Amino acid sequence: MPRGYRTGGGDGDLVEVLVDRLVDYKANVRRCAADELGATVAELLSGDSAVVVPAGAPQAWLSAYQGKILRDGEPRPLAVAELDAPGVAVLTGCAVAIAQTGTLILDAGPDQGRRALTLVPDHHVCVVHSGQIAAGVPEALGRLADPTRPLTLVSGPSATSDIELNRVEGVHGPRRLDVIVVL
Amino acid sequence: MTGTGNIVARLPFPVAARKELADTQLRANLRRATHTIRDKRLRVVGEVPDWEELRVAGAAIKDDVLARLPELLERFEAAATAAGATVHWARDAAEACTVVTDLVRRSGATEVVKVKSMATQEIGLNEALEAAGIEAVETDLAELIVQLAGDTPSHILVPAIHYNRTQIRDIFDRNGLLSDRARTDDPPALAEAARRHLRAKFLSAKVGISGANFAVADSGTLVVVESEGNGRMCLTLPETLISVVGIEKIVPTFRDLEVFLQLLPRSSTGERMNPYTSLWTGVTPGDGPQTVHIVLVDNGRTDTLADEVGRQALRCIRCSACLNVCPVYERVGGHAYGSVYPGPIGAILSPQMSGGGANRTLPYASTLCGACFDACPVRINIPEVLVHLRQIGKHPPAERAAMRALSWTMRDRRRYAAALRLARRSAAPVRWLAGDRIRHLPWPLSAWTRFRDAPLPAPESFRDWWTRAHG
Repeated sequence: MPRGYRTGGGDGDLVEVLVDRLVDYKANVRRCAADELGATVAELLSGDSAVVVPAGAPQAWLSAYQGKILRDGEPRPLAVAELDAPGVAVLTGCAVAIAQTGTLILDAGPDQGRRALTLVPDHHVCVVHSGQIAAGVPEALGRLADPTRPLTLVSGPSATSDIELNRVEGVHGPRRLDVIVVL
Repeated sequence: MTGTGNIVARLPFPVAARKELADTQLRANLRRATHTIRDKRLRVVGEVPDWEELRVAGAAIKDDVLARLPELLERFEAAATAAGATVHWARDAAEACTVVTDLVRRSGATEVVKVKSMATQEIGLNEALEAAGIEAVETDLAELIVQLAGDTPSHILVPAIHYNRTQIRDIFDRNGLLSDRARTDDPPALAEAARRHLRAKFLSAKVGISGANFAVADSGTLVVVESEGNGRMCLTLPETLISVVGIEKIVPTFRDLEVFLQLLPRSSTGERMNPYTSLWTGVTPGDGPQTVHIVLVDNGRTDTLADEVGRQALRCIRCSACLNVCPVYERVGGHAYGSVYPGPIGAILSPQMSGGGANRTLPYASTLCGACFDACPVRINIPEVLVHLRQIGKHPPAERAAMRALSWTMRDRRRYAAALRLARRSAAPVRWLAGDRIRHLPWPLSAWTRFRDAPLPAPESFRDWWTRAHG
């Protein structure tokens, strides 16, 4: 099979490329050091009344958060109505991010949870560690631990271009996407 | 087996096109839309230095799939079954509709939510479900607009491309989606109205129906590429998921997706990546539908595969880049093509899948300018297939008689020279009367001049001029 296309590396600072592409897609991006993560999360969630987190999300993410925390699966999976309640945000990590396309890949890992969590709430905050950023699509897909897990590729918030091809953010998925790049 | 369903045009293209050409609003909407997407596409394709290598790889992977389709389909079935899905096979549109309808009936649901899918449009699934008393709700914004308008889609990617915002506002208003205060035609407000209308349906739906952009043979994985999140809703929240997949959607390995996930978004919407892509393999406990069915549909694809030139049409990944660059599509829109597959790709796919009928006129719905080949991310040589289909198709008696006479004349040098002399001599008085071209010839040649002018032969041939000047 001819595979003369790029499969790795890439030029430029991956963090800068990723941030540029995410912002182009109307995601809000924050950069912070590892010890600032708790404060950054708390600040981004300050407008929400509750936050949903997957069972395996690290405690440190929420160290400075004062609001209500709904942990999925403890003791039971959250009902869709709980995810759909007004003012509910969701906080997850990701498996890999793709710099060249501004894409976050969620693979249902412990800090990402099941697919409905990042779909129904209107505000998604996603934590990306700089080591998780791959240059392009081939490198990113190659890094996934198990491709048969449910995978979701997210590039910016939900959007439609169906009315006169005007891009409108937010139709059915989260209308607000905040990405925290941990340097 | 020959394909059936919504790939068969009811009217010949020239008849349908004449009606669409009279709609100036349609032409204005189409021109604006196709030019916007093609400009966006050029910009994002331009930033990929290995675009040609990706196209070559995409074409090669798809050709490999077509060369060993039966083996890969069996491998897909085995992997998907092992992952907890149930695989069904359908030879044509009617069989596919029966399988899906039975599955929905067994679930007890009377309403299903649908992700935009060419395969379900192709087989006429919504109509079949309606006949069985099941309401199919389209959840893609454009599909919803078309469904509420009682219309059919006119573009593969942006089915409501032929409507502008005011027309969409009126469609929503007629269907009660807009409150009295929100009679605006502002796109965000219209999108918000669709969100409100559909959310309750998503949260209560028991059955979701989708297609798939790709199906991975090795792992049994299905892929849906979308923008709005309505796809994720349908693929994630219902208890039962039914995916209708054309047999040509197979790719051999997960790795092959690295090519198509680069080619598809940039070619179709002109984005570096579409907002959402979902990949799932069978059933995952605790995450998403716990009953998963996959219906593999032939519907004329095996017939198409049998033609060595024409089979490249099956590489198509439904990006619609060819529509947006086509001078014919830009003027007549999707409805003129009759089939659910409009534009250049439809002109070669529909006649092959359906085996003729009114579709026989489709290979002529082109100027053979070649823009579609340049735009195609999997290098389908659409002009080559168009010419091939014209050659193997049935020709009108007048054309056959004319071609026979012409070939008799041109087979002999003296006959040919004499014919040219005769043509020039008889053209002289006409030129004196009418100038260099004729706008109306008498019947039966009027069939030609109804749509084009006929040029007159030059006063002197090149050979005569050469002999005179250099002889």
